[in-house]
Amino acid sequence: MAAVGIVVVSHSRPLAEAAVELARQMLPNSTLAIEVAAGTDDGGLGTDAVAVSTAITTADTGDGVVVLMDLGSAVMSAETALELLDDDVRARVVLSAAPLVEGLVGAAVVAAGGADRDRVAAEALRGLAPKQAHLS
Amino acid sequence: MAALDTDALGAWVREYARAVTEHREELTELDSAIGDADHGTNMHRGMTAAVAALDATPPADAAALLKTVAMTMISKVGGTSGPLYGTFFLRMSGALDDGSPAAFAAAFRAGVEGVVARGKAELEDKTMVDALLPAADALTEAVEAGQELDTALRAAADAAAKGRDSVTPLVARKGRASYLGERSAGHVDPGAASAVLLVEAAATTLPGS
Repeated sequence: MAAVGIVVVSHSRPLAEAAVELARQMLPNSTLAIEVAAGTDDGGLGTDAVAVSTAITTADTGDGVVVLMDLGSAVMSAETALELLDDDVRARVVLSAAPLVEGLVGAAVVAAGGADRDRVAAEALRGLAPKQAHLS
Repeated sequence: MAALDTDALGAWVREYARAVTEHREELTELDSAIGDADHGTNMHRGMTAAVAALDATPPADAAALLKTVAMTMISKVGGTSGPLYGTFFLRMSGALDDGSPAAFAAAFRAGVEGVVARGKAELEDKTMVDALLPAADALTEAVEAGQELDTALRAAADAAAKGRDSVTPLVARKGRASYLGERSAGHVDPGAASAVLLVEAAATTLPGS
């Protein structure tokens, strides 16, 4: 069973933590690693690539990490974070284009069930499907 | 004094920090017109932290100095300009060779190419690239023509300002300003404005040869 880690990158720490809380509601008793890299260190809005790289390293158990982001600098900080990682860790990381909340919930559920990295990343990308199906 | 020693590059970084602090409100005002109104604040926070980091741990050499600035910008700026300026200084740091003007021009170009790669922006997308690419071209051309570094950097700073102004009428195609579509036309791009300050700071601080 794989233990894929998840990292949430957001401009806002409260936004990231609330998204993680929402996802964890689906996973009672799970020890799934979900790390947050969000906000500036003075409590403002912003992203920090060094914090993202640390979060990836912390979330990585060797089975890979899927990174969910909000917008703008979150994406660019996540890309910059990859440059700061060791080659072997970097090779295990997927930056997901999924919407943050829906992608995180989908990814967390399958990751907690032991899915491998590619399956977790695919599930994140599928995150909008239930909402789209419901509203279509 | 060689162009690329720690004293010269440190003076450049400090002058840039001073300039973004002086223009902090203006940069934020430009960004409030077409962005998220934080560019001046972010650049001030990042460059102030960069100078503090250099003061706290004096770098061993020029490459280490630029790397310290890079890592501080990446970590402290908060907005997109953090990874972008951070990548600029990081790639410049990695490309430094000897202390010659040609080496400085090559390292500057490597930094600008890093910004282009990181931001995936092209000319006329209305970003800092519209100031930095013409500056890199002017710098290379002047240095190859045998001009002193300070003269070449003056040409680069003028080219950067011209590039910044040339995209003011355009519609932004990258970054937060692109959300505004047509409404971004007619406004100075804040990233291009702060990039001009970077090249200006080099022109006023770095030595002739």
